[in-house]
Amino acid sequence: MIEWVSAVTQGVLLGGLYALFAAGLSLIFGVMRLVNIAHGDLIVFAAYLGLSTTMTFGINPFLALFVVVPVMAGLGYILQRGLLNRTLGEDILPPLLVTFGLSVILQNALLEGYTADPRKLSAGTIETASLSVGGLSVGVLPLLTFAIAVAVIAGLQWVFYSTSAGRGFRAVSDNQEIAQIMGLNKAHVFGLAMALALAVTAIAGILLGVRTSFDPSIGGGRLIFGFEAVIIGGLGSLWGTLAGGIILGVAQTIGGKIDPGWQLLSGHIAFLAVLAIRPNGLFPRVDH
Amino acid sequence: MPEPLLSLNALDARYGDFQALYGVDMQIISGEVVAIIGANGAGKSTLMRSISGLLPNESEQVVFKGRPVGDWRADRIAKLGVALVPEGRQLFPSLSVEENLKLGGAVGRKGQWSLDAVYGLFPVLKERRHQASNALSGGQQQMAAIGRALMANPELILFDEISLGLAPVVIRSIYEAFPDIVRQGMTAIIVEQDISRALSVSSRVYCLQEGRVSLTGRTDDVNRDEITAAYFGLAA
Amino acid sequence: MSDSAVTRTTSAARAATIVAFVVLVAAAAAPWWAGRADMRLMSELYLYLSLACLWNLMAGYAGLVSVGQQAFVGFGGYMLFALTIFGGLHPIAAIVLAGLLAACLSVPIASLIFRLKGAYFAIGTWVVAEVFRLSFAQISALGGGSGSSLPVSVVKSLAASRSGRESLTYWLALGAAIAVILSVYLFLRSRKGLALTAIRDSELAASGLGIDIWRAKLEVYVVTSALTAIIGGLIFLQKLRISPDAAFSVNDWTAFVIFIVVIGGIGTLEGPIIGTLIFFALRETLADFGTIYLMILGLVAIVIMLTTPKGVWGLIRDRLDLELFPLAYRVQLDETRK
Repeated sequence: MIEWVSAVTQGVLLGGLYALFAAGLSLIFGVMRLVNIAHGDLIVFAAYLGLSTTMTFGINPFLALFVVVPVMAGLGYILQRGLLNRTLGEDILPPLLVTFGLSVILQNALLEGYTADPRKLSAGTIETASLSVGGLSVGVLPLLTFAIAVAVIAGLQWVFYSTSAGRGFRAVSDNQEIAQIMGLNKAHVFGLAMALALAVTAIAGILLGVRTSFDPSIGGGRLIFGFEAVIIGGLGSLWGTLAGGIILGVAQTIGGKIDPGWQLLSGHIAFLAVLAIRPNGLFPRVDH
Repeated sequence: MPEPLLSLNALDARYGDFQALYGVDMQIISGEVVAIIGANGAGKSTLMRSISGLLPNESEQVVFKGRPVGDWRADRIAKLGVALVPEGRQLFPSLSVEENLKLGGAVGRKGQWSLDAVYGLFPVLKERRHQASNALSGGQQQMAAIGRALMANPELILFDEISLGLAPVVIRSIYEAFPDIVRQGMTAIIVEQDISRALSVSSRVYCLQEGRVSLTGRTDDVNRDEITAAYFGLAA
Repeated sequence: MSDSAVTRTTSAARAATIVAFVVLVAAAAAPWWAGRADMRLMSELYLYLSLACLWNLMAGYAGLVSVGQQAFVGFGGYMLFALTIFGGLHPIAAIVLAGLLAACLSVPIASLIFRLKGAYFAIGTWVVAEVFRLSFAQISALGGGSGSSLPVSVVKSLAASRSGRESLTYWLALGAAIAVILSVYLFLRSRKGLALTAIRDSELAASGLGIDIWRAKLEVYVVTSALTAIIGGLIFLQKLRISPDAAFSVNDWTAFVIFIVVIGGIGTLEGPIIGTLIFFALRETLADFGTIYLMILGLVAIVIMLTTPKGVWGLIRDRLDLELFPLAYRVQLDETRK
């Protein structure tokens, strides 16, 4: 019995990481209807950026966040204004195919720069530390990851609903033309949204790298997890994204408990089941 | 004659292959209230889109405050001092009433209009400031849309069909606020299908017909028959 | 008054027919003039050409942008192995049956993933492919995660001699490519094809015309799934070895195919042909550069998508007003007809 409780707990905590994969994806879709196929590769790219930072300065990966987050945000702004803004329009093909091309470029650039060997970010003793709660042993790192995920989503929620930047995001999302008339430069607003999304991606990448080993090929899988969390939670809802991540994480750890080969498969099946029963996700955004 | 605030010089606006305006010339002096009337499809909305920058033109075709802005992006034109009350209100549904107003103020221009001033003009908006914008009635939405444009403290404000789809009593209450809006010398262009309404608040009128200016003059000087002719194209 | 007529044929199309015929005869005779390595390369080219035509039909005409076609490539490959090893079927029968099974399987899949719109549909197809990969990795009778080889007896059932087998698999690949191109062409010329083009041009207008969009898209999805599985079967009949990672590789069976179509010209019939030729030319010259080659390919695809969305064929067509596969109707005046 206790092992099942433990599996569910681990799944919930893992869900925090998946919610971080999903939050950036959800944010840019919400603001500019863009689905970034390279999102997973950008997460992995952030993990490698974290690796280089920790090795160069000999610092803890959590300190590397202070380098990786601003770098990724800046990259996001440049990427959006330099490339992705040119793909946005009525036709869905250009953004899809351009980000797909970007995904292949990133993946192979990482292969070229870092080889295919699995790497890991070492965070020291915190990795093995655990808390014992009523006979249940919970790792400090997964707990910390989950807490960061909740904080990030609360932060995004605050930016979206309580700041002028967030007002701009929502206005542009509602009606690009009228937002432009109100003095918002949509190219800049989209750039800011991508910067914010990649800042979240940077956090996700570092936490991923501390948790497990990574190599350049795993981006596609992270994109899929993020996407599944978005759809399970319901498009356009940030807290729904966290719920989606948790459901995905629990499905995976329970599946893995039954048979290790079933871990990923049961996550996908949970996603397909939600799609079959509640195609709009469990917590779709209700427009006022 | 003083330097015009806005001048349109042989404006030919197009949507792709379709030409909507043909050589429109127009001069608006600072402080004027000008009505633009015309039938459906005469090019009134195209004119609004051209002035506000949603429809790109050649640089010299639209000159505002002495600057050729025909090829400027809409947000730059907004910062220079043009605000639009769009046809159909078009408030942001994800934003509350107050957020819609604040967004209007985001261009960062200083002036007499603030949240308090707008609430003073339309007290009902203050009562409903935290509600979602699409929970308002049509008339209240129109007030919010006007308030949103005023928040930009523009030098030129464009009203596009503000009485469309509203009950006469509501239209009257909105037009009652009009003198307060232009009292401090704000320049306004009013596009209306409701001719008498437009003429009652304006000092000058342009009539558009099939993309061309068919009549222009002081409101006091033009008579009904001339307008009818220019409006429907009945004149020989 | 001058006489005029509406026609689809153009002189370029007639010339193309003659050239195509000559090329086909030469290609069919390859076992008598080409070496073993060249035949393998050409077979691979035909199979990529087929995948590209099918993906183009989905993405370029039906607006179904999939990044999960590897699901059906791998499924076809695995069915070839399963049906010959456990069902005792002849490999060709197994491949045809694989296509039918894929068609049946694609209907419930479509009913799920068609709920996702646009780019989310694309990622949904990828999830399905992952489900396929992980599921086949669970089947220990087919080698689980490490895969298995096609037994010698099955291979020998194709033809007794090695050169006989090589000629046969070559002709199968060539025949499949011709069959795919012809069926896509005929489909697009049919009433359904016209409906599809209407959907591509405007979904709203098409539904206004009474076209059942969902059904039209479903039909395309089912047909391309079946044909993709058949091509998958042929691919692994060439390779003789299968594993989950090779069978359901997103890079091999989707990324390359997308690049081929984008570079050649999406939404045109000629695009995939030109794209396949360019892709193989690039690959044969740059393959030594490995990852750099893939980065260049991705870069070329991005640049083309941004600057010339109709691809290389679009450029050629605009310059020369050519159409090799006559789809569009043209008005011919009497004088020009003479």
